[in-house]
Amino acid sequence: MIDKLRADVMSTLEAVPSGATLAVGGFGSSGRPDTLLDTLCDLDRRDFHLIVNNVGGDFTGVGRMLAEGRIRRLTASFPVLPEFYDEYFAGKVELELIPQGTLAERLRAGGSGIAAFFTPSGAGTMLADGTFPLRYTTDRATGDPVIAECMPARETREFGGREHVLEYGIVADFALVKAFQGDRRGNLRFRLSARNFNPLAAMAGRRTFAEIQHLVEVDELHPDDIHLPGVFVDDVLLASDSSPRHPTIAGLS
Amino acid sequence: MMTTVRGLTREEMAKRLARDLRDGYVVNLGVGIPLLVPQFIPDGVEVILHAENGVLGLGPAPAPELEDPDLTDAGKQPATLTSGAAIVDSATSFAIVRGGHLDVTVLGALQVSGDGDLANWYVPGKNPAVGGAMDLVAGAREVWVVMEHVDKRGRPKVVERCTFPLTGKRVVTRVYTDLAVFHSEGGRLRLKECAPGVSPEAIRERTAAGYAEDLETGMLPV
Repeated sequence: MIDKLRADVMSTLEAVPSGATLAVGGFGSSGRPDTLLDTLCDLDRRDFHLIVNNVGGDFTGVGRMLAEGRIRRLTASFPVLPEFYDEYFAGKVELELIPQGTLAERLRAGGSGIAAFFTPSGAGTMLADGTFPLRYTTDRATGDPVIAECMPARETREFGGREHVLEYGIVADFALVKAFQGDRRGNLRFRLSARNFNPLAAMAGRRTFAEIQHLVEVDELHPDDIHLPGVFVDDVLLASDSSPRHPTIAGLS
Repeated sequence: MMTTVRGLTREEMAKRLARDLRDGYVVNLGVGIPLLVPQFIPDGVEVILHAENGVLGLGPAPAPELEDPDLTDAGKQPATLTSGAAIVDSATSFAIVRGGHLDVTVLGALQVSGDGDLANWYVPGKNPAVGGAMDLVAGAREVWVVMEHVDKRGRPKVVERCTFPLTGKRVVTRVYTDLAVFHSEGGRLRLKECAPGVSPEAIRERTAAGYAEDLETGMLPV
């Protein structure tokens, strides 16, 4: 019998060691798996390489991990939180800045067995030519940030007369995602724009934890209506914020 | 000494640009002046607004009591959907962008070069964040820039070569400013319209890139 529902979040996430690479769903606070992120903080895990589109503008979820100094490297397109940059320029966290579409496709590719792909996004820019600072250090004399290491230059190739850059698929040790509905087999359904990076992060994880807002019976979700099948999900946990159902969608009657 | 000119307001720039949107276009709007465009889309022209986080058919901001944490735009602000809307994941959202399914992206800019290079994502020394800008300019069929003609210190933003880090090379197809409309064809800028009351000379004085004059229509009243 396949039953991926875990009763206790804390003991389930004990499996995640410090230093792990984590692919995380969400776009800002929308669809962000705060229960799982909070639990890893509560377990005092640290030194993570976090792969997530944006940090969000608050100190919950990814922001909490950052504020508590638990992130070693961030792979993202839009970090935004000012406190993140303080840490970055102080040399306490590395930033691998990736165009948003490239990040989504790298997760999709990694989860799909595609080692790498060529994309025109970023060609001819400092995110591809080896000049973007991955890591800073502090000048001992002046106290100013100085570049310690840059992101590697991308291989390039022309297709149809246009320059493309080689980007690698991402496979993460673990994925943390959030869904609106899920069943014991791990079948997931997302709601509105909270879907965003969640299915892609789930595909890219060697082991994927899904927190769900609503547990449904197996077969309650019609097979045609499952956004992400349970084969991509290893552990199903209840989100601590199990939010009320939203009967209407703003703007649609 | 430059002559003084009074160009279009931000709303008028958005209105001028909106007049060029065609019925059925799929359009992505960046932050700033581009977000003023929807209110000026002409009657009878239906466009589908795309947001990077996977929304096709983005509507206006909701009333506070209708805000939904699961429905935001690409700026993470509460959003609504229009009739006929669809939701996709982020990989599919950017398949739309890069795959040639997005007709136009409308973006602000720090600088545009004479051969269509765009710089709009990063001011060195400030906090770097790129979002979907590089995918949008690489993938959209048309890249329309809407911006002030000169910066706050009066320096041209249409330049021979961008000094800010590039978002993409030779990607801009049109530039709408408070003074002028340029088209970029084959890596060459053409001045197509002057704003009402603005002379071609005034534009030349404020533009640091070479361009051809191709003024057939002037600028229709906005």
